[in-house]
Amino acid sequence: MRSASDLWKINLGYNKFYIIIKGVVTLADNYQEAKAAYKKALEKVVQKNPERFEQFTTVGGLPLNVLYSQDDIEVINYLNDINFPGSYPFTRGVQANMYRGRFWTMRQYAGFATAEESNARYRYLLERGTTGLSVAFDLPTQIGYDTDHPMAQGECGKVGVAIDSLADMEILFDKIPLDKVSTSMTINAPAGVLLAMYVCVGEKQGVKPEQLSGTIQNDILKEYIARGTYIFPPKASMRLVTDIFDFCGKNVPKWNTISISGYHIREAGSTAVQEVAFTLADGIAYVEAAKITGQDPNVFGERLSFFFNAHNDLLEEVAKYRAARRLWAKIMKERFGVTNPKAQMLRFHTQTAGCTLTAQQPENNVIRVTLQALASVLGGTQSLHTNSMDEALALPTEKSVEIALRTQQVIAYESGVTNTVDPFAGSYVVESLTNEIEQGAADYINKIDDMGGMLKAIDAGYPQKEIQDSAYNYQRAIETDQAIVVGVNKFQTKESSAGRKLLRVDSSVGERQIKKLHEMKSSRDNVAVKEYLEDIRKAARNESENLMPMILNAVRVYATEGEICGVLREEFGEYVENIVL
Amino acid sequence: MPELLKKVLNGDVRGIARAISMIEDQIIKTGTSEAETLMQDIYPHTGKAWVIGVTGSPGAGKSTLTDKLIEQYRAEGKKVGVIAIDPSSPFSGGAILADRIRMQRHTDDPHVYIRSMGTRGSLGGVSNGTREAALILDASGKDVVIIETVGVGQSEVEIMKIADTVCVILVPGLGDDIQIMKAGIMEIADVFVVNKADKEGADKVARETRAMLDLLKDKSWIPPVVLTIAEDGSGLPELVSKIELHKKFMNDTKAGLLRIEKRTNTEVETLLLSRLSGRVEQLWGTYKSDKIKDLLLRKTNPYAVVEEIITNL
Amino acid sequence: MPDKIRVVIAKPGLDGHDRGAKVIARALRDAGMEVIYTGLRQTPEQIVATAIQEDADAVGISILSGAHHFYFEKVIGLLKEKGAEDIIVFGGGVIPEEDVPDLINMGAGAVFGPGTPTGTTIEWLKEAVETNK
Repeated sequence: MRSASDLWKINLGYNKFYIIIKGVVTLADNYQEAKAAYKKALEKVVQKNPERFEQFTTVGGLPLNVLYSQDDIEVINYLNDINFPGSYPFTRGVQANMYRGRFWTMRQYAGFATAEESNARYRYLLERGTTGLSVAFDLPTQIGYDTDHPMAQGECGKVGVAIDSLADMEILFDKIPLDKVSTSMTINAPAGVLLAMYVCVGEKQGVKPEQLSGTIQNDILKEYIARGTYIFPPKASMRLVTDIFDFCGKNVPKWNTISISGYHIREAGSTAVQEVAFTLADGIAYVEAAKITGQDPNVFGERLSFFFNAHNDLLEEVAKYRAARRLWAKIMKERFGVTNPKAQMLRFHTQTAGCTLTAQQPENNVIRVTLQALASVLGGTQSLHTNSMDEALALPTEKSVEIALRTQQVIAYESGVTNTVDPFAGSYVVESLTNEIEQGAADYINKIDDMGGMLKAIDAGYPQKEIQDSAYNYQRAIETDQAIVVGVNKFQTKESSAGRKLLRVDSSVGERQIKKLHEMKSSRDNVAVKEYLEDIRKAARNESENLMPMILNAVRVYATEGEICGVLREEFGEYVENIVL
Repeated sequence: MPELLKKVLNGDVRGIARAISMIEDQIIKTGTSEAETLMQDIYPHTGKAWVIGVTGSPGAGKSTLTDKLIEQYRAEGKKVGVIAIDPSSPFSGGAILADRIRMQRHTDDPHVYIRSMGTRGSLGGVSNGTREAALILDASGKDVVIIETVGVGQSEVEIMKIADTVCVILVPGLGDDIQIMKAGIMEIADVFVVNKADKEGADKVARETRAMLDLLKDKSWIPPVVLTIAEDGSGLPELVSKIELHKKFMNDTKAGLLRIEKRTNTEVETLLLSRLSGRVEQLWGTYKSDKIKDLLLRKTNPYAVVEEIITNL
Repeated sequence: MPDKIRVVIAKPGLDGHDRGAKVIARALRDAGMEVIYTGLRQTPEQIVATAIQEDADAVGISILSGAHHFYFEKVIGLLKEKGAEDIIVFGGGVIPEEDVPDLINMGAGAVFGPGTPTGTTIEWLKEAVETNK
């Protein structure tokens, strides 16, 4: 019998297939023979010791075979389907050398209470090496209500920072030079208003709009599908989105005008395939809407960015990012005839999956976040937010935010995975999953096309229903122990999470914010405010007019977000969700 | 006067809600249930509200249209009751009742009462207690009661036994023209509504519906066809005026009164049938042990047994 | 046959995270209950009016925005005001364990934290409705 090291040498020497049966090494004449022998051996093993599941699947529900090998990827044509990084269809990444030049942007989503507290948190993060800001707004701000609106009661500062007017925005970015940082703002229905405020803060700092860099989420379709912070009906909303595309193209050229988001779709319970499918279908709807207004996808296509979730299944997630890049490139090139490579590239931000965080044994979340962050880096993300371990309980504390940031830094500087591009390329299983996810997503997109596009599909409740079914199935899987969540349905301990240090936003924050708002309103030029609000109303009635310049004028004289959105609510009406349960 | 009846007649919301639950939970069969006593007490106080049925395919916009109808009637100062029916799961018997989402803005209006009901195994587009729930709302002082049927595309003919005016909602692009013929919807509609009138094909649906109305045998009332866009309220005032017109026809013409009489007739027959079917089990139960062996041995026959039971009634 | 359990599932306030609310709605439906689902952005007044009109046995509120103190207090207070304190109030969402005793003191029947199996909620609800009769 040969020893293991002999085998290794011989293997190198002859490049032949070896099979081991009952400890005896035998030479196989060809791949097929070796495979047949393997299958036989496998059968015996399984007969003796049944496997843990009858059918293994990914977290996203794709069936997973015991083994992938060369015949699983025979269909792949390297140059057409994978190609070199930085080249169409960008499967391996959008740059030639990826993280060997510059790491991804480490961007921690943060914001709570008032502008003062959040400003302090941003400066804390910048001091510790975060490279981009990401602003979380509270719910009244996201839904276009001032803090003194009855619907805003109890919500001020809870899930993000409260911004009522330019006055708050000035405080939020106090001593943060807008020409030096890039800022991402999670704002959708009132995106134009917050962007206008950012531009005005820049003006006051002496920074020109063309120097500003950052992103507004501005993805209203996923609000209808999954996230729920919509205001206006789809038609008016799509107009606001395309107005922003056009305005930024002309005035704020370095700004990412939209972050087409699968993150929330996944959080709502979708599978990985659905995440890719519905996100790209949303993307198609935006491109089509902008094209109708006469904009060139070769131009605005460069400023489209994406936002994905990083879930637990490492292999599936890596494949997901690669599949999304490839499919989007094909859509832009083949469907929209885009020739500019920069407009074919899918660039994306990632956030680790909030829905995987557990309130039980919260320290385990650090490990989950590490695996998820690793997947996004192996998948070639352009920027990353890592969740903090206590977020299933409340907003994160400074300590837990720091650990989350350090997680990214350890992956970047210590793990070594950043030193070569797309390390999983050529992996039989990852390439197979990449194909499968792309195909699954393409099937969904075809179906949505058949329904008349994403707006019609949303109207029929189609993506909503698909996501809810997946969410319910996943919950069933956990409750029947088909899926294991450590600390939740296995390896539970009796420890209580009570007494843990949590970040609290008390109700005095709302009172302080309302006081500030009322003081500001009594000191501004109210005549000018009224005039500019009427201009917005007029522009709202004229579909061919871009609303952004009017919004900018109103913001500059300290019209509040609630006042501006109030006028638009009167003109456009409000959306009522479409429930299909 | 029983406490619950008093509450219903006073328009007390909890009282109304309780009364409807009682009806839903105690299926009227035996004649001795509290529910049936309550209905006997309530009936003399009914007949004031106009009951409007809203029916149509899924996705036709029934809930949105109902929401806009509430708005119209509230603007006239009328008190409105709404019964929205969703299907119950045949497997678990449970249901998700979500129609009121589109009407929630009226929820805290004290003169609007909205109630969701599950079909609980009943077919035909309404639930077993829908008729009684409408009567309870009528007695509680509502001027208008709107019933939104299940709308799962099955034939929803039960609504015509309950509603004074049945509005059938059609929309372009759903193949409703064929639907009308199939489901016998022609016979139940008092008003046709072509909703989503801003969509392509709306005019065609309206035209084809009108053309089919020529086939009606009873020409005393030709259902009008109203175009609406429920989303923005277009066409709603016209719809309301057509419903009013139908109300006039029903109340003020001989043909209309005949229809009301026919409906009352059906109502009694239906109740009688349901009560009798409840008694059948009981009756047969008293004979069963005697007769079954003889039947199996062919010593007697089912016809004779039934004859004997009936004779001894 | 026992009377059917009717439950209102509501999302108060502006929070749009309705995955949990929808999952529990379906689970309750599959357990044979009638679930009145009111959708997003409900005011406490709307939730209470809905519960009363629907003759609900219980109201489940789902909150992930951290505003749970505010909404539990409001909903329970309004139910009392309307003489409907017999309607059980329960909830779930992102609610720290140490806040639960407070909410129970206000009058909440139970608060289910993240990771609670739907079966636990169903069993609790059946029992709570039974003892409430």
